[in-house]
Amino acid sequence: MKFTTSAAMVDLVDKKVLVILQDGRNLRGVLRAYDEFAHFVLEDAVEYIYRGTRYAGIWCGIFVIPGENVMLLGEIDMDVDEAPNKFLVEYHALERFCKKDAEMRERQEATKAQILREQKGYSEEEDKYIAHKGNVQGCCKSLVET
Amino acid sequence: MLIFSVFKTLTDQQVTVELKNDLSITGVLKSVDQFLNIRLDSIKVLDEARHPHMMAVKNCFIRGSVVRYVQLPSEHVDTQLLEDATRRESLAAVKR
Repeated sequence: MKFTTSAAMVDLVDKKVLVILQDGRNLRGVLRAYDEFAHFVLEDAVEYIYRGTRYAGIWCGIFVIPGENVMLLGEIDMDVDEAPNKFLVEYHALERFCKKDAEMRERQEATKAQILREQKGYSEEEDKYIAHKGNVQGCCKSLVET
Repeated sequence: MLIFSVFKTLTDQQVTVELKNDLSITGVLKSVDQFLNIRLDSIKVLDEARHPHMMAVKNCFIRGSVVRYVQLPSEHVDTQLLEDATRRESLAAVKR
């Protein structure tokens, strides 16, 4: 039973892969090891950030990723790899914009949560639960619609 | 266990998996395990403009805990059989 996961992934070892984490981070690297809990070891990992068509990467070295933080692992087709290089920009320049975006989103979510609490009678625990799921946008939207 | 069996009968079928981060992926179901981790081959992301980083990915492994929905090909799901199996399973649970 335990080894069904292994069977599903053995051909991905030593391949270049993209890992998307629960918090939305994108890591690319070479998959070196995994186990039945979907813990991964990525070698030569590069974290990529995206904003519109622009993207940037920063080299991070080796990552050991606990399975609970993993959302998806995809094999990268080396023939179609990467968006055109003209969209590649300097990491720290793009990071500043991404941070600003994230702060703005956070403020919006806080406002939404406050409205849900004060006008719709949702409790703080529910906010926390939703936020914990990393799914704030979708959930709050559907809650407001209903 | 029943749902695991259902997924096992659907291997090599085209399915659409919607993740909790609103990413929807269509692909051929290659394998599934007891945690409902899913392996998809020759994938296509439904909203490619919103997920440019997925462009170069051709097959992927999805952790079962992040799946919101799986859309199955209806012609390959025998609901009558499923109902019967569910009844049998709940009967067995009552007996125990």
